[in-house]
Amino acid sequence: MKMIVLVMVFFTTLFTTNLPEEVGYKPGNKATDFRLRSVDGKMYSMSDYKDAKGFIVVFTCNHCPFAVKYEDRIIELAKKYEPKGYILLAINPNDPEVQPADSYELMKVRAKEKGFTFPYLLDEGQKIYPRYGATKTPHVFLLDKKLIVKYIGAIDDNAEDASAVKEKYLENAIAALDKNQTPSPETTKAIGCSIKAKK
Amino acid sequence: MRVIILLFFLSSLVFCPTVKSQDLLSFEKFEELEKALVKENDTLYVINFWATWCAPCVKELPYFESYNNEVKNKKTKIILVSLDFKKQIDSHLKPFLKKKNFSSQVVLLNDKDYNSWLTKVDDEWSGAIPATWLIKGNRRLFAERDFENVDQLKEFVNSFTNQ
Repeated sequence: MKMIVLVMVFFTTLFTTNLPEEVGYKPGNKATDFRLRSVDGKMYSMSDYKDAKGFIVVFTCNHCPFAVKYEDRIIELAKKYEPKGYILLAINPNDPEVQPADSYELMKVRAKEKGFTFPYLLDEGQKIYPRYGATKTPHVFLLDKKLIVKYIGAIDDNAEDASAVKEKYLENAIAALDKNQTPSPETTKAIGCSIKAKK
Repeated sequence: MRVIILLFFLSSLVFCPTVKSQDLLSFEKFEELEKALVKENDTLYVINFWATWCAPCVKELPYFESYNNEVKNKKTKIILVSLDFKKQIDSHLKPFLKKKNFSSQVVLLNDKDYNSWLTKVDDEWSGAIPATWLIKGNRRLFAERDFENVDQLKEFVNSFTNQ
């Protein structure tokens, strides 16, 4: 009997350790919290925001022209939704050794230039983005207050021209979450810069 | 006479869904590009999605070029699909193409509603570029990755053609 239990334990450990960690989230999954340094030198976690109704986690960066196109819209989103209880947290997932334009020092410069009112965090050691399954910048994850993933994808349907946007995917998803409904669509796709990591 | 000219003008609009401007073939919709360039025959299509603003894309273009020069006259067609910003076509893309003078075919895809067509290339494409798509007959292989040299590209293509 002891032997069987031992074998079972062995297999359980074998299979659990074999589970791929870098699969990424789908809507409905519970997202991990993090503790990352922002451009103000302080550490931020989602658990710091006790009264939040949800979180807008935006993987973005300095260098990617496609992400830069969204900077002003990200600033506006943060201003619009923070008073409503939805906290925007921007995370730079790139390895600064691979992409020097995305260093912590230059993140500080960019945040100051643009007047970011939200935390701009560095995914130091690149532990967080693979767990979320972020693959590019920009890449947005909308979470409810229990950190359940509600929406993954693009901010809207036109990166190049904010005035030509027809569908504001993220804002629609926040509106749905606010009404306790399932966003439609729950995921969208857009192009972006691949996340820079050492090979 | 005027009517004839008008008819001629209208027919050119109808029969020419692709707009040719300064030798750069461009498409407004993904479906138009697919229909115009990809035929279901025994040609191997190597389609690379890139943009001048994407550094890793620009870095790997020479590998596609040297591959193109190697496979010339074989039934292989390299198509470099630019996803450049509309506002940077004249300022960035065209000067870049003039400088590089690629032997591979370069086309511009202006379909900005990415959510409507990325999954038509592949369900797994998250949208990061560079990305490369192989087509032969009714078979497809897609990879959201970059290549560090021409051998890596060849290895990828061979993994598809040797199946």
